[in-house]
Amino acid sequence: MTTAENRAKAASLKARFEAAGAAPVDCAVLQPAEVLLDLYGEDVRTRAFVTSDPVRGEVMLRPDFTVPVVQMHMAEGAEPARYTYAGEVFRRQEDHPERAAEYFQVGYEVFDRESPAAADAEVFALFFETLKDYHLSPVTGDIGILTAAVQGLQTSEPRRAALMRHIWRPRRFRALLDRYAGRVPMPASRAALLSADNPLDGAGPMIGLRGEDEIRQRVDALRKDADTPALPSEQVSLIEALLKVSEACPFALEHLRDLAVDMPAISVAVEQFGARCDAMAERGVDVDTLAFDAGYGRSSMEYYDGFVFGFLNRQQPNWPAVATGGRYDALTRQLGQGKEIPAVGAVIRAGLLVDMDAGAGA
Amino acid sequence: MTIKLGVPSKGRLMEKTFDWFGARGVSLRRTGSEREYSGEVDGVEGVELVLLSAGEIPRELAAGRIHLGVTGTDLVQDKLVQWEQKVDPLAELGFGHADLIVAVPSCWVDVDTLDDLDAAASAFRAKHGFRMRIATKYHRLVRAYLHAGGVADYQLVDSQGATEGTVKNMTAEAIADITSSGETLRANHLKILAEEPVLRSQATLFRSRVAKLDNPERSALRALCAQLSLE
Repeated sequence: MTTAENRAKAASLKARFEAAGAAPVDCAVLQPAEVLLDLYGEDVRTRAFVTSDPVRGEVMLRPDFTVPVVQMHMAEGAEPARYTYAGEVFRRQEDHPERAAEYFQVGYEVFDRESPAAADAEVFALFFETLKDYHLSPVTGDIGILTAAVQGLQTSEPRRAALMRHIWRPRRFRALLDRYAGRVPMPASRAALLSADNPLDGAGPMIGLRGEDEIRQRVDALRKDADTPALPSEQVSLIEALLKVSEACPFALEHLRDLAVDMPAISVAVEQFGARCDAMAERGVDVDTLAFDAGYGRSSMEYYDGFVFGFLNRQQPNWPAVATGGRYDALTRQLGQGKEIPAVGAVIRAGLLVDMDAGAGA
Repeated sequence: MTIKLGVPSKGRLMEKTFDWFGARGVSLRRTGSEREYSGEVDGVEGVELVLLSAGEIPRELAAGRIHLGVTGTDLVQDKLVQWEQKVDPLAELGFGHADLIVAVPSCWVDVDTLDDLDAAASAFRAKHGFRMRIATKYHRLVRAYLHAGGVADYQLVDSQGATEGTVKNMTAEAIADITSSGETLRANHLKILAEEPVLRSQATLFRSRVAKLDNPERSALRALCAQLSLE
């Protein structure tokens, strides 16, 4: 594989997305890090190449196009809009030195208020069709169902907020659930802190930016939390059952509808999943065999907050997903300064298709 | 040709390394003036002493420019991506013990675990508008540790020295640094989190997996290892 081949492949994919109705857009390689870096999940954020420019401050080599494209759309875009782009993105690969740190991404992004289910299906079906000769395994998920389940938990607002914050960190999420359910004992240091009359006695001098008021506020919050009743174990079991749902879409849908009887908070999200399945079937996607995994995308796709999907090469277990995408309504809110619009998009790694083309030819 | 043994070029680490080799019948010596970084090896044939900064030894081993080197586990693991594929630890030398730890101000009575640190970081960000700063020079190890511990809303700020002072100087809220006795931390009103340290480190003799060896060099390495009673 060479850069020229990858570039040509990326250009042909982009032409295909233009033919599907997307307007071509581009964005600068150097992006302002201070504004944008925070919007990425931990996985991308810690792998971005960040450097400093004496005039512009902290800048980064773009780690993807989606965030700059959303920023551009929110600033000046007309609705509805479909965009495509192709270009290099840059991510450090410390954990996988064999993977490219600079590679071509080709994307398709849809900003449309009309019907989220139809827009989800449009993007997925386009990628399904574009990639159909490569024998990849598609997998889908829906972060929105899990967040709805967390919002519906009968517990305090701070506890729900803490769980929401860690949706994307499965281990921490698990630990919080166990703690809120009263399954793990309180650390001795915590018990001592809560029982102390004046916890700041003998704490030493106040140093640093985090002030005494902040420390006292958290001690108060911890005391309130200690008085919060444990999360009912049925609710924890329901979340666990939800996260285990991993089967073909129609079975997953039935399974989730069963769970929604005891967890009414997820009903709307589950019916959105149902509507999406119908919309995908209308576009010719074989939904009956399409995989759905309720935990998919949790550890690496932090700005997605609804539908998520990936196309995996099962022959190359060490490869990253060849294509990934999802819905990111919240990101438009964060970049929209008061405006928002439902949005969904996806990207293909053109270089991996070139590698597969070469393998097929050999 | 000779095999090259890289040893820290100054201070206690160099003296203790010389002692460790000396106790096993291999005498390492600095030669020339005190400012000149050259040395001599007696007691075994075909080994050349290379005096280097301890921080550069991992890189030199990974590049194959030295065959053996003495440095801390912390430096090897932080500086070398996939370190196991580049160097082979031959012997822990029993000195230079130090833990890489995360420390916060002692006045943070509400923070003792990573769980607490994460919650405090979240509240800190909401109040101050930026992520809690953790000063360190061990970026990779600390990032991996905090990631595994599920800590979010922090940022690492680079600190190559006097890291314990960064909190008082308001350039960081917490630190991650090497400590042996914890005295400097206490003097700077910091406390160690009640968690397993990021890493337990000590001076270790590493063999480069990358450096090429011809036959005479291979025998020299075998002879040295036999003399040191390794393998």
